[in-house]
Amino acid sequence: MKYGLDPSNGLEFGLYTLGDHLPNPSTGERIPASQRLNEIIELSQLAEQAGIDFFSVGESHQDYFTTQAHSVVLGAIAQATEKIKIASSSTIISTLDPVRVFEDFATIDLISGGRTELIAGRASRTGNFELLGYSLKDYEELYEEKFNLLRQINEQEVLNWSGNFRAPLRDAHILPRPMHGELPIWRAVGGHPASAMKAGYEGVPMFFAALGGPVSTFKNTVDTFRQAAAQGGHNPDELPVSMAGFFYPGETTQEALRESYPFFNEGMKKTNGHGFSKQMFAQGADPRSVMNVGSPQQIIEKILYQHETFGHQRYIAQMDFGGVPFEKLKKNIDMIGEKILPEVKKHTKK
Amino acid sequence: MRIVGLAGSKVGSKTRTAMDYVKESVERQYPDHTFTLIDLSDNDVEFSDGRNYLDYKGDTGYVAQTIMEADAVLIGTPIFQASIPATLKNIFDLLPQDGLEGKIVSIYATAGSDKHFLIPEQQLKPILGYMKAQIVQTYVFLNDEDFLNKKIISDDVFFRLDRLVEDTMVLTETYRQIREAEDAKYDF
Repeated sequence: MKYGLDPSNGLEFGLYTLGDHLPNPSTGERIPASQRLNEIIELSQLAEQAGIDFFSVGESHQDYFTTQAHSVVLGAIAQATEKIKIASSSTIISTLDPVRVFEDFATIDLISGGRTELIAGRASRTGNFELLGYSLKDYEELYEEKFNLLRQINEQEVLNWSGNFRAPLRDAHILPRPMHGELPIWRAVGGHPASAMKAGYEGVPMFFAALGGPVSTFKNTVDTFRQAAAQGGHNPDELPVSMAGFFYPGETTQEALRESYPFFNEGMKKTNGHGFSKQMFAQGADPRSVMNVGSPQQIIEKILYQHETFGHQRYIAQMDFGGVPFEKLKKNIDMIGEKILPEVKKHTKK
Repeated sequence: MRIVGLAGSKVGSKTRTAMDYVKESVERQYPDHTFTLIDLSDNDVEFSDGRNYLDYKGDTGYVAQTIMEADAVLIGTPIFQASIPATLKNIFDLLPQDGLEGKIVSIYATAGSDKHFLIPEQQLKPILGYMKAQIVQTYVFLNDEDFLNKKIISDDVFFRLDRLVEDTMVLTETYRQIREAEDAKYDF
């Protein structure tokens, strides 16, 4: 399969951070931004040591976030690590210049020795539009135009292009070029099946964020993506799917729920406006829920069930959300490396 | 508890006149709770463009966030063209899909004709239900004959509104207790 995914490696397992910078809910204290950024970089190293396949950093322009310049953070990670794949999750291409984004990511790719991928999204919170001088009215058009330009730059070293939201390119030679010729570029998809359909029709692999709810609901979107790919003349078997969502392991499921609830609940309240009811959160431990919170055994079963349902090639876990202390993250990475990863790989290798 | 009185129109005076009384009634009967009156005619609210409610600025951001932080919302709405006014519908459009989850919402309507009595039942309640509000089922319906020169002149309107306030507060307090008991079932 294209996009550097090897079925003999089983389901790829990754970590992602949105770079949130939230107070620890139990103390109300917030670490300095410098510490948070350095801990994210260290987290990527720990992930690599634990055998995790992938690490990515997102871009959010709003209060309580600290990786607005996510490509700069990825540059540091490219140098701090040696073999783990690195990516954005996601780059809000709508309000950036695709030429500049490509230059940045091709550079990160060269520094990292060809380990870099790019996931381009449309933004769920939209403060970046005003901040960076765009109109929210152009939400759809901006994304489609800029995402297509980014893909063209990826495929052609020299190009001629004109559009509505950027000055035209005439015989533009866009450098540097990535190590393997092209960067793996994915489309980030949130809740809307419409976005999954666009990814499918265009033959672009999909990164799908599924934060909470029944696995069956998200299955519809994955099916929609593959159907649209077939209708668009692409082979769905050649288009990988990545799933992204909340993750938190504990020694027991009860411990995982007890420890993680304040982080997720308070974090969602501050960044999205409302938290989780305890009832809904407790259901997160159920195998039918997409949220991967529980004991290592419970999480293994959930990931395998999701793999069976979605047939995805990569799962990425968000486990640092809401001010989780770094000591805790280290412990959780150990749990992934020692208990979760070996089982997931054993059952998904082909 | 945080109670918001939302006067849902930019036109006319009946809805605001009644809301002023509701405010007085809440503050008299429940002095320990906070009542915030939002009159849409005093606020310059933009039309919803689909962004997260936290991303609106100015009056729009203020109105959306105040409602989202409330435990109960008491809505006063006029009836325009046999429906709720667009200004009020826009408030719902600004909020997330399940933005009224866990909130108690009660209603009074002011109208020019008794023929409109079922409008809140058939047009407002379905929206509130979709947004997962806990609805106070009985609403108060007021018409032109209840007002004169921006004053309520029908004496029974006062105790009907007092009862609406009481129903709202009783349900809000009860729902809080239910939720606390539910949450206590979980050890996290």
